[in-house]
Amino acid sequence: MAYSDKLIDHYENPRNIGSLDKNSEDVGTGLVGAPACGDVMKLQIKVGPDGLIEDAKFKTFGCGSAIASSSLVTEWVKGKTIDEAETIKNTDIAKHLALPPVKIHCSVLAEDAIKAAIADYRSKVGKK
Amino acid sequence: MNVHTQIRRNDQPIYLDYQATTPLDPRVLEAMMPYFTHQFGNPHSRSHSYGWEAEEGVEKARAQVAKLVGADEKEVIFTSGATESNNLAIRGVAEFYKDRKNHIVTTVTEHKCVLDTCRHLEQQGFEVTYLPVQKNGLIDLDALRAAITDKTVVVSIMAVNNEIGVIQPLAEIGKICREKKVFFHTDAAQAAGKIPLDVEAMNIDLMSISGHKIYGPKGIGALYVRRKPRVRLVPLIVGGGQERGFRSGTLPTPLCVGLGEAAEIAMNEMDEEAKRLTKLQQRMLKGLQDRLPEIFVNGDLEHRIPGNLNISFAYVEGESLMMGIKNLAVSSGSACTSASLEPSYVLRALGVDEELAHTSLRIGLGRFTTEHEVDTAVDELVRHVKKLREMSPLWEMAQEGIDIKSIEWAAH
Repeated sequence: MAYSDKLIDHYENPRNIGSLDKNSEDVGTGLVGAPACGDVMKLQIKVGPDGLIEDAKFKTFGCGSAIASSSLVTEWVKGKTIDEAETIKNTDIAKHLALPPVKIHCSVLAEDAIKAAIADYRSKVGKK
Repeated sequence: MNVHTQIRRNDQPIYLDYQATTPLDPRVLEAMMPYFTHQFGNPHSRSHSYGWEAEEGVEKARAQVAKLVGADEKEVIFTSGATESNNLAIRGVAEFYKDRKNHIVTTVTEHKCVLDTCRHLEQQGFEVTYLPVQKNGLIDLDALRAAITDKTVVVSIMAVNNEIGVIQPLAEIGKICREKKVFFHTDAAQAAGKIPLDVEAMNIDLMSISGHKIYGPKGIGALYVRRKPRVRLVPLIVGGGQERGFRSGTLPTPLCVGLGEAAEIAMNEMDEEAKRLTKLQQRMLKGLQDRLPEIFVNGDLEHRIPGNLNISFAYVEGESLMMGIKNLAVSSGSACTSASLEPSYVLRALGVDEELAHTSLRIGLGRFTTEHEVDTAVDELVRHVKKLREMSPLWEMAQEGIDIKSIEWAAH
């Protein structure tokens, strides 16, 4: 399968690998996918006092497209408000990385991961 | 002459996919060459020396193939490859004896061309029993015995599995089939030339052989068809009645000669090659196990050809690993299914957890694999598995002591 240069760059030099403290009040964690399906993404966002996402980290078990999709979205969400981040669409990810049709589900998973991280952050804020 | 540099250019990745195909042995190419040029005759032409010479080449090759498996040369017919041989053997026998018998026994880990042939026959009203395999990939002989009925016409069980390299107990299977008076067909594409095979000692009635798995050319294979007691087949391809009427069409002389030469070399060098490959296999496995925790070999290690390793690298998805190890040509399953995203049906049949099945690689070693290549491959694999584990949320959870199975994952 021939992959785009952008995809290969994200696979070979993934941005923002790592973990944030999932127990911290200002961190939202999304864990989506399933090991049996061959993809699991963990995406975390850290929201600053100004309401902007100041940091994002990911870890992904999955194919190169899944790794690249999650790496890309960590770049995209940084500096955005959570409302803005929520508007990221899987189609934008797929288009940017030129994902082949059989890999579209990787971009769907990445969108799910942001949404899950935002939902987790909101539930923490709501409890305060 | 450095054979190795003839096989691989320096800018090519290290070839570790010998179960997908093998390079042509330069000695085989040499034997084939005259039949591409001045000895171009039709081996079926009887009226001049062009035909006689070509026929001589073909018949020598037939004898070479026969000798490799302990058969008589009259019992070997040439086909286009193991896929055709498997189709011809199973369909041919089923259709010939269909008035009396309608049942076939095979296994769930067969090559797709056997499984698909069986599915096709099921649509025509035949019944097929797909035997499960044990955790080590081998069949249970009692289950085989129990599956055979008085309606069974043929048992088709592969000699060596193409994904996990395990060797089925052929002599025992042959004995059971002979006792129960059913034909025994074996797909020996991955076995011929790698392990000793003897159609007499193993009571094999039909055997499929592939050229390109034994350092011969692609596009040629053979089917052994027993004469005593005689096995009858309905041909798939009809016409001029060549190959005892089982397979019409002009024989591709250079390819036949190549298969013959490849068979003879394999037979002469089998013991030595097996010893060398066993050492390389052990070197690779030890190199990986010493430096990586939580890796698992799929399939029996004892009853296995030395040129195969199938390893699950837990917490690392196989496709992403292959994307990383750019300098190594390996596969995550058989070449026929590597475009699909489903984990291997062979590994699933062994009961390998789906999450582990997603982490497996098939590594094939062969005649031209060097110690240096094995060491390079180990280094590259270790480096990328470590890198990808650092990226893996599952590895992180495992390090934190979280049982991945305890989490409720949303299937997608």
